[in-house]
Amino acid sequence: MATKKQSKINLINLSKSDYRGAPTTLCQGCGHNSINSQVITACYELNILPEDIVKFSGIGCSSKSPTYFLGRSFGFNGLHGRMPSLATGALFADTSLTGIAMSGDGDTISIGMGQFKHVMRRNLPMVYIVANNGVYGLTKGQFSATAEEGLALKGHGQNPYMPIDIIWEAVVGRATFVARSFAGDPKQVRELLKAALSHRGIAVLDIISPCVTFNNQDDAHHSYAWGRNHEVALHDLSYVPLAEDIMVDYDEGESKEVDMHDGSRIMLRKVASDYDPTDRSTILCMLEDANTKQELITGLIYIDTEQQALFDTYNLPEEPLNRLTNDRIRPRRETIDKVNAMMF
Amino acid sequence: MTTVETKIQSNKAIASGSVVNDFSISVATMNGSGSQTSNLTLLRALFKMGIPVSGKNLFPSNIQGLPTWYTIRVSKDGYLARTETIEVMVAMNATTFAKDQAALVPGGVFFYADDIKQAITRKDIVAYPMPVKKLAKESDAPASLRTYVANMVYVGVLVQMLGINPQRIEQALDFHFKGKEKPIKLNLDIIKKAAEWAEENLQKSDPYYLEDLDLTEGQIMASGNTAGALGSIYGGVQFVSWYPITPASSLAESCIEYLPMLRTDPETGKNTYAVVQAEDELAAIGMAVGAGWGGLRSMTSTSGPGISLMTEYASMAYYAETPVVIWNVQRMGPSTGLPTRTSQGDINLTYYLGHGDTKHIVLLPGSVNECFELGWKAFDLAERFQTPVFLLSDLDMGMNQWMTSPFKYPDKEIDRGKVLWEEDFEGLEIWGRYLDIDGDGIPYRTLPGNRHSQSGYFARGTGHDEFANYTEDPDVWVKGMDRLLLKFEHARSVMPQPEIVKRKGATIGVIAFGSTDPAIREAIDYMSEEDLEVDYLRLRALPVVDEVRDFIRKYEHVYVVEMNRDGQLHQILSLEVPERATHLISLTHNDGLPLTATWIKGAILGEERN
Repeated sequence: MATKKQSKINLINLSKSDYRGAPTTLCQGCGHNSINSQVITACYELNILPEDIVKFSGIGCSSKSPTYFLGRSFGFNGLHGRMPSLATGALFADTSLTGIAMSGDGDTISIGMGQFKHVMRRNLPMVYIVANNGVYGLTKGQFSATAEEGLALKGHGQNPYMPIDIIWEAVVGRATFVARSFAGDPKQVRELLKAALSHRGIAVLDIISPCVTFNNQDDAHHSYAWGRNHEVALHDLSYVPLAEDIMVDYDEGESKEVDMHDGSRIMLRKVASDYDPTDRSTILCMLEDANTKQELITGLIYIDTEQQALFDTYNLPEEPLNRLTNDRIRPRRETIDKVNAMMF
Repeated sequence: MTTVETKIQSNKAIASGSVVNDFSISVATMNGSGSQTSNLTLLRALFKMGIPVSGKNLFPSNIQGLPTWYTIRVSKDGYLARTETIEVMVAMNATTFAKDQAALVPGGVFFYADDIKQAITRKDIVAYPMPVKKLAKESDAPASLRTYVANMVYVGVLVQMLGINPQRIEQALDFHFKGKEKPIKLNLDIIKKAAEWAEENLQKSDPYYLEDLDLTEGQIMASGNTAGALGSIYGGVQFVSWYPITPASSLAESCIEYLPMLRTDPETGKNTYAVVQAEDELAAIGMAVGAGWGGLRSMTSTSGPGISLMTEYASMAYYAETPVVIWNVQRMGPSTGLPTRTSQGDINLTYYLGHGDTKHIVLLPGSVNECFELGWKAFDLAERFQTPVFLLSDLDMGMNQWMTSPFKYPDKEIDRGKVLWEEDFEGLEIWGRYLDIDGDGIPYRTLPGNRHSQSGYFARGTGHDEFANYTEDPDVWVKGMDRLLLKFEHARSVMPQPEIVKRKGATIGVIAFGSTDPAIREAIDYMSEEDLEVDYLRLRALPVVDEVRDFIRKYEHVYVVEMNRDGQLHQILSLEVPERATHLISLTHNDGLPLTATWIKGAILGEERN
């Protein structure tokens, strides 16, 4: 792959500009901008038609982001903390669409904890990105629930509370795809996004995304400096699309393959010994251990490709519900007598 | 199936001075004691006897142990409202024994379980003991079912003593147990034994009788929630999200019950719908708004506390112009209030639900049949006007069984409103999601899944221009809000017309809505007997149409009757016709019980004659 010449259009004859959105209005250097450009690249490289994607977001800096990618896609910028329900209803309309949700740590873990937990429980097929910076940027730098205990922020004093770990919540919440990355590691973000886009079920991506304006001191856990110095990748990760030749340079015995629902594969080269992203029981210990060592574990942390996705349980027709003609959604005239007879 | 032999002597010997088919029965039991089957059996049997009848369950917020009353009114004149008097009491609950006795009218009848060892203190009533425990024990019922069949003892005693047609009882049981022979026989046997016991042991000395009539022919019996669910299904509902709450739960549950039968594609066996039980009302409406935006006919159903939680999304759906249908089956607030009692206390909340300038289309079904009719019409309005449409029912209408005219198949084609698909973009010169091309305030919308490269847009609750782009431009904001108002005014012109009932020589008017209809009609008859003729307008929707304004302008006094404290509809109407505000008189009653004709008559006569 690396030797192929970068062409200006992808396999469905679209150029990268077909995947771009409006110019960003986020701060220069904001981690979110970096995530957005990886969403653009991932979709371009996977040859996804922008019209096949639906974007969702809640409220906050992160939630403004969907405006800045995939301008041709439909999208809905919903309410603070209530995006998952909106996405759930909307994706029922046409289950052939792929949902990409962009949320933040405040939107997901503070106000939105309830809906976050329940969208995982339902295994809604959707990529759920949490751009995690530990602060409320849009309201000028208040602590979020992922901010570390003792963090001092200008004008807001010290954070007296313990942080919530999004990954921990996702694993405990039975998300079927759980990954963490760092906005300063674009390659890993991109590969994880590609894998997430192939996952049939909820794919939670916690991406540490430094807020350059309110929370980027070198010792803050959501800063570029801390992230770079404390990042421990679980593995090198390569996403292998269904149609491409598999060219893997990993040594036999060191890599693990995960077959995705659509026939593509994820290749993981182990860094940590005996780490298995399909074994939930070991993951919490690993996370707790990393927490003690002040390490930022990144990579694909958990995956379950067996669990039924939400729509699989609904016996829906092949054509999208939102294209059913009137005669298929109103019962026939002769049924009304039967219904009246069923009353008393 | 066994047939109970007709041995009723009472019908043959109705003495003069008797009261026939015109009284109220109250059954006092303990919640959770299984009396519901007995009460519904009585109600349905009376209905099949051709006697106009209504049944109301006055129950506590409790699963087991607290007192509950079921009142049945029979009325040869066709009145279905609650009455303030009780002529026949069935006392099965020791804790309310004294109170139940005191509630009877002079000359009333008191059937009581003889294991309640309390004194009959009133001399002006007729009291009959019933060996409830003894007969239950002697029955073939297994011990686990004894408390249930015990309730059939009073059914049997009433069959004998009031003259209920036993064949109708059998019909009612057959319906209730869906033709299952075993439970039907078990219950019939004990009813028969109790009737026999009463025949042998009780001497009828009260004046109350039931007699076959033919006044319910062609009518059906259903609850408003069932009707609402069926109406939604015939309206083409495709997505239902809900969260359990009394008194709305049975609406979504009825959707779940009837959707498989009515909306499974006969050719493919696939469902043309989806139902999701959400984690709370915030999520229920979030899903419904998402589905509505996605192009599905979507709905959610809740009650007051849920409506409060739905406020933010309702406000967004109004501004982002997303169709969604929301049922509010009202109960008594504020707060948890009286969760099992009825009220019309949410009309203001619902009409203006949301922050900023919001107003909504609110449909006001006034009968079970209308829950069906407005239930399907709501989707056409929601999609035509791309906005939330509310239906305001209440506990009394939603949960109780009412006799009503049969449901009518929709007489209009489904209207999906202004939607553009791929082919519609060919040759289209200009399109903006919020661009008003037709001048009616209603733009054209596109739906996710439309693969035309120009069809996508980013919906948002934030300020947007005609092309759905974010903007904070003051002029654009004002223009957008003005267009929403234009759209709303356009909707006003197609709202369901009010029902106006005129009487010769009427000098005053009364306006009401919803489940109070039977009580209002009855009160109007009573006032006529006292030489006060009243015209009646039953409001069926907000915003009000011109006919409502004309009605208000026509009379010196127009009484607005409603079940809340603050006269909420009165407030809304006063704003609609401010120059007549001083002629609009608010009459409110809000104790959690359905309104009675006696109260309405007293209130209006009191005002008019002072």
